[in-house]
Amino acid sequence: MDTAAALLLFAAITIYAIFGGADFGAGFWDLTAGGAQRGERPREVIDHSIGPVWEANHVWLIFIFVVLWTCFSEAYASITLTMFVPLTLAALGIVLRGASFAFGKAVFRQRARRSFGAIFAVSSVLVPYCFGAIAGGIASGQVPAGGRAGDPLRSWVNPTSVVMGLLAVSVTAYVAAVLLTWDAHRLSDEAMVGYFRVRAVAAGAVAGAVALVGLFVVRSEASYVFGGLTSRALPLVIISAVAGLGALFLLRGRPHRGGRLAAIAAAGALVLAWGVAQWNYLLPETLTVSAAAAPSGTITAVLVAAGLAVLLIVPAFILLYVLDQRGLLPEEGVDDEPGRGPGASRA
Amino acid sequence: MTLFADVLIPMMEVNPVPWARAQMAFTLAFHIILVPLGVSWSVMALIANYRGIRRAEADAIRLAQRWSKYMAVTFAVGAVTGTVLSFEFGLLWPQFMGHWGEAFGVPFAFEGLFFFLEAVFISIYIFGWRRLKPWTHFWTGVPIAVAGIFGSVSVVAANAWMNSPEGVTLDTAGNVVAVDPLGVIFNRAMPLMAAHMVVAAYLVGGFLVAMVYATAMLRGRRDRYHRLGFLIAFTVAAIAVPVQMGVGDGLARWVYSNQPVKFAAIEMVPTTSSDVPETLLGHLNSEGQVVGGVPIPGLASWLSDPSTGRATVVQGLDTVPADERPTNRQVNVVHLAWDIMVGVGTALFLLTLWYWTSWIFRRDMPRSKWFLRCAVAAGPLAVLTMEAGWTVSEVGRQPWIVYNKMRVEDAATTNTGVWITLIAVTILYIGLGVTTVLVLRGMSRRYREARRFEETDSPYGPREPVKET
Repeated sequence: MDTAAALLLFAAITIYAIFGGADFGAGFWDLTAGGAQRGERPREVIDHSIGPVWEANHVWLIFIFVVLWTCFSEAYASITLTMFVPLTLAALGIVLRGASFAFGKAVFRQRARRSFGAIFAVSSVLVPYCFGAIAGGIASGQVPAGGRAGDPLRSWVNPTSVVMGLLAVSVTAYVAAVLLTWDAHRLSDEAMVGYFRVRAVAAGAVAGAVALVGLFVVRSEASYVFGGLTSRALPLVIISAVAGLGALFLLRGRPHRGGRLAAIAAAGALVLAWGVAQWNYLLPETLTVSAAAAPSGTITAVLVAAGLAVLLIVPAFILLYVLDQRGLLPEEGVDDEPGRGPGASRA
Repeated sequence: MTLFADVLIPMMEVNPVPWARAQMAFTLAFHIILVPLGVSWSVMALIANYRGIRRAEADAIRLAQRWSKYMAVTFAVGAVTGTVLSFEFGLLWPQFMGHWGEAFGVPFAFEGLFFFLEAVFISIYIFGWRRLKPWTHFWTGVPIAVAGIFGSVSVVAANAWMNSPEGVTLDTAGNVVAVDPLGVIFNRAMPLMAAHMVVAAYLVGGFLVAMVYATAMLRGRRDRYHRLGFLIAFTVAAIAVPVQMGVGDGLARWVYSNQPVKFAAIEMVPTTSSDVPETLLGHLNSEGQVVGGVPIPGLASWLSDPSTGRATVVQGLDTVPADERPTNRQVNVVHLAWDIMVGVGTALFLLTLWYWTSWIFRRDMPRSKWFLRCAVAAGPLAVLTMEAGWTVSEVGRQPWIVYNKMRVEDAATTNTGVWITLIAVTILYIGLGVTTVLVLRGMSRRYREARRFEETDSPYGPREPVKET
């Protein structure tokens, strides 16, 4: 039972890392797309890709919190006490990002759009960094058990946290670039296919390099997790590396579905590898999953809710994706501004 | 240097409890305004949508379409401010969550489920206007309304549990050893509190939306479109108001029986007695005596239990030690908030009475400009009653975070930097609030300017073009 709850937690973290991460990564490419003119076309692809689904993806974060505080409340208290600063930054970043994205869709004056776009892009980089840094702090044993606070600064400003933060940013950028290549292909924008393909390769190379450096850092700073990564989690590490390279390989010619799936598998396997590596600790070497788990009644309730979620949300999600992929949910509102058409001047 | 030593360092070592309370209160007060829009606006849009398809009314369809787009903005702001709350549970109240999360968290597992459904279907509904078939599209909106109700019931269940912490077994040290999830969710405070909040969502959402169209009508835009916008929203509110009075009355009696100290704070009763007057306004002085106000003899007793009338005994504040009940200042806050809720609520009831009377006798809404002016005022006043009601519930529970089980001061974070986050959050939220209003107004202005371009933007077209009337 406790194991099932921990699996649920890690499944939610993995899904959030992939789909939420892809949204954050798209924000990264928005940030680096350059000035208003140069960045216009990549931004169109980006906007298109995170149109209708952005909100649903971020509900996963709330789900992670709910499972954590309900099933592992003591660990949740320890984490929030210790990681007060990066969690606060992430929360502020999420507010800014979500709000500026929604506002950006609703306003049409170019200047207003641009400032919302900038806020959106900056916070898209800040949030995954903070979450990566928190994961690094947990992996390297900076969070004590018992609902107590660890070091308020060193817990997230330490080598493992920095590496994990950078890894989070680079992996989300990589996944997003691969998915954007596909989206550009669907929009029949061959120039943008090339644009994002180059970026996917670059981000993949950076992510790979950071992961490699990360292994050395983890070896000296988080020996338990390193032990796990090089033993029981090794298959996942290998899958992640192979899938990551495979996705780039599949990008060479015409983009196809395989590349997307491989990129998703690479990111997912990476997060799962972390989870398996620190098993059976929730907080490595201080709090095990079974010691942290709530009474069975609570766990049952959460698993029932998760079961209902599978029954209700999965079909709903499939419906959303199918409708979206069939083009039945077109972006609206953009063309209802008077006078703004293809030929209209932009202030 | 002296500034640093005398001002900044002491500030960094402040007691985090009041700051944490202030931040939680502020962010909740903000979020609670978005809740009614999330819960009830979809229903109003669906009413317009239904009417639009049934009667082939272009105005109704246009209304539903625009409402769904405004909804998208308020839903997004509600989603992010709600996400912040899930951070804050841990950031501000780690000991509360660490100790009680196993019980308190259970309703949120279900809330997450409903919120997920709401987010998915809102995406489909908002983006599905052009290409989905009309009735298919209408039905994709229905789950939003249903999930909105169940989602808010789940959240209120968690809050109700704080008032009536059931379904947990504790060991001698006070730690939770077993949890009965159904006992937690369906705690005794839940049914009436949840009903009170859901009805409030329709009441406040209806008045807020009606306010916009009443303003437009006062400015001379009395066409069919604006009239319909007003009628749908105001009717929803006008149905909710009398229902709310009944639910609220029931909830007050529940508090009388189950949280007598909170009830004593609401009615400002220092000592136990029968024939307790209902004191309008007034306050407790530092000695805990009632000062000022207008006492209506025996009314508080009579309302608490009409069957025993003025003989009904109301328990006083002094029946529990001073450190287990709200302070005199908190009692004054609770009592004032109560008076505001009931007073303004009654005024809103009179306004809906005017509306219904006019419908019964003239088959039309009141023609008077004064009615529209009152309807404009009803928007912010409805928000005020909701905030006041929430204040009664939360401040009235003090000093407990979990009624009779955990104190607020024992629940809070030990991070002394909370004052910084409070300032940051305040600035951020003020910016967020102002921007939300500006964006919504900008959208509305653009829609007005774009009317002559609308042939190209007809919903459900080109599959089934709706003719301009």
